[in-house]
Amino acid sequence: MKLLKSLTVLSLFLISSIVNAQPGEIEMADALLESGKIYVVIAVLCTVFIGLVIYTVMIDIKVSKLEKDLKRK
Amino acid sequence: MKHWWKILAVILVLYTIIFGFLIEVPALPILHESIRNLFYHVTMWFSMIILCGVSWVYSIMFLNTGRTDHDIIASEAANLGIMFGSIGILTGMIWANFTWGAPWVNDPKLNGAAITMLIYLAYFVLRNSMDEEQKRAKVSSVYNIFAFILLIVFLYILPRMTDSLHPGNGGNGTFSDLDIDNTMRTVFYPAIIGWTLIGVWFLNIRVRIKKLSHQRETELINNNI
Repeated sequence: MKLLKSLTVLSLFLISSIVNAQPGEIEMADALLESGKIYVVIAVLCTVFIGLVIYTVMIDIKVSKLEKDLKRK
Repeated sequence: MKHWWKILAVILVLYTIIFGFLIEVPALPILHESIRNLFYHVTMWFSMIILCGVSWVYSIMFLNTGRTDHDIIASEAANLGIMFGSIGILTGMIWANFTWGAPWVNDPKLNGAAITMLIYLAYFVLRNSMDEEQKRAKVSSVYNIFAFILLIVFLYILPRMTDSLHPGNGGNGTFSDLDIDNTMRTVFYPAIIGWTLIGVWFLNIRVRIKKLSHQRETELINNNI
């Protein structure tokens, strides 16, 4: 009886671990990737990044101008 | 084309923003899609360490040569290192909140990161406490050499000796096949290079501004004499 009990517990444990190990059980953003709307997020992030890059380029150019001005003196 | 590396930096970061969302990532429990944070959160720390390394090298070079521009690069690189480190801590807190259940858990890596940030903040307190230029540069260079070694100890050595929630520490495996597969590496490594180059670009601009103001100061002093 004791053996049967422990076997049941063990088998239940194994089943639960198998269920947990199934990759399909883990929730991933498959729907968002399939619907294609993830591209909207990527587009927004790219715009933010490019905006910051343009801003940095403008600062870079301003500093270059100042350097040239000081050299002329 | 002396600006090629700036263009490369922008291309690499854009690549990571686009493909960081699109590539297939391993489906792991607890992490789920948040595993993609590897491309954005972990790269901040890599950039921070590389920039602090640059700062360290220039501090040693300053002690060898005594040139003021080496000290300027050392301090500005440390400044950017703190910037990346702060973003690293904040993004890490967001990630931890959703995977470990709290923004700040008592993890040796987190505490080490906090101590490291304080050490580098103390570097700037030390710098600003001295007016005399050469003395300030010398004392802060010596301090900076210790600061970087403490960074390595607190971020890489101590967390490995105890249990940590971070991969690669304590009982956890490092970036093994379990945590990061080869597809993820194709985004992760360009991300490190890209963000570091962005950091170097900012460093370049900051150093040039510092040199300009330094030049103006010396001119003002010479005019007064």
